[in-house]
Amino acid sequence: MTYCSFCGKEEADGDHGFCRQRLSMIDPPRYCSECARRMVVQVTPDGWAARCSRHGEITSAR
Amino acid sequence: MTAAPEQIDVLDEAREQVLERGVGLTEAQVLKVLELPEDRIPELLALAHEVRERWCGPEVEVEGIVSLKTGGCPEDCHFCSQSGQFPSPVRSAWLDIPGLVRAARQTRDTGATEFCIVAAVRGPDKRLLSQVRDGIKAIREDGNDIQIACSLGMLTQEQVDELVAMGVHRYNHNLETARSHFPEVVTTHSWEERWDTLRMIRDAGMEVCCGGIIGMGETLAQRAEFAVQLAELEPDEVPLNFLIPNPGTPYENYPVVEGAEALRTVGAFRLALPRTILRFAGGRELTFGDLGAKQGMLGGINAIIVGNYLTNLGRPAQQDLDMLEELSMPIKALSQTL
Ligand code: SF4
Ligand SMILES: [Zn+2]
Ligand SMILES: [Zn+2]
Repeated sequence: MTYCSFCGKEEADGDHGFCRQRLSMIDPPRYCSECARRMVVQVTPDGWAARCSRHGEITSAR
Repeated sequence: MTAAPEQIDVLDEAREQVLERGVGLTEAQVLKVLELPEDRIPELLALAHEVRERWCGPEVEVEGIVSLKTGGCPEDCHFCSQSGQFPSPVRSAWLDIPGLVRAARQTRDTGATEFCIVAAVRGPDKRLLSQVRDGIKAIREDGNDIQIACSLGMLTQEQVDELVAMGVHRYNHNLETARSHFPEVVTTHSWEERWDTLRMIRDAGMEVCCGGIIGMGETLAQRAEFAVQLAELEPDEVPLNFLIPNPGTPYENYPVVEGAEALRTVGAFRLALPRTILRFAGGRELTFGDLGAKQGMLGGINAIIVGNYLTNLGRPAQQDLDMLEELSMPIKALSQTL
């Protein structure tokens, strides 16, 4: 099961075109794609880091 | 028989009043500019650009910003994804000192002269102020001489004095919108409280940075009202944001400001504020895309935030620096600001 990291709903459920557009332009991920938990996100001038309490950290560098 | 009084064109008036004499437009005049038909926007932008060159010069001030304390704010500003009062997905986070030093270094490396440290709070407490103090010290120990600005909400006189002592040279505190519209946007504090903080900052000798957000349901008349209220404050800098409708906030379904309307606003604000540093801030990516950013730079804007914002992402800094080079606009150097 994967979840949309913009809206937190199941990827298979509904249209996430708008979400993908936002993620490609101005938004870091907010929800963990593995469990849909809200992540703690730190934006810095040249990147971001997002941490799920269960699945660890992802960053813009990866 | 008396002839009907000839309609004076607002851009002709502006040419004489703003460009030649450096006197900003009145509220009624700003409203006329905001109501100009779309086919006159190029003319407006060209004039606003001339005004900016005449009264501010060719340099562009580049700034980077970072969120020291994100989310969980007790206030209810309806546009803000960091308010703890709305079901926004933004969670609380604190940036540590090494992270702050890295952010300042990344900003300096772009050639920026300004680094703004921001916290999502009603006003700073002791812990936040000591974090800022330690952060500034660490940035200096890193050999970074970038000018430091702060945006930490409403201040007491004592806190203003502390920030001055830390060497903070500019303070950002946005009035956000017209006084008449503010109660629709924020209910947990007043426009007047914000104004009081701004007066204290000015009186303490810090530079005043004060702007707002366009597209929060204000009328064109309120937009004009706002431009003139800002002019009355005589801020050193005005950051112009366009609403990003963020999920979970009361404004999540508001439309994005259209490009043409945004450009009209840029031109009108420049004509109301001929000598101010007018900065492109958040929302420009959504409102303009890549093309409009250039039009804005040629329409009265003379400062930008490069890189990411607080909770939203911007274009990569290099893309904006390339744009400035393409436009042959020199970046303001640190030596010019000291
Ligand atoms: S005071 Fe600042 S951080 Fe808090 S809700 Fe208002 S805009 Fe957001
Ligand atoms: Zn989605
Ligand atoms: Zn997870």
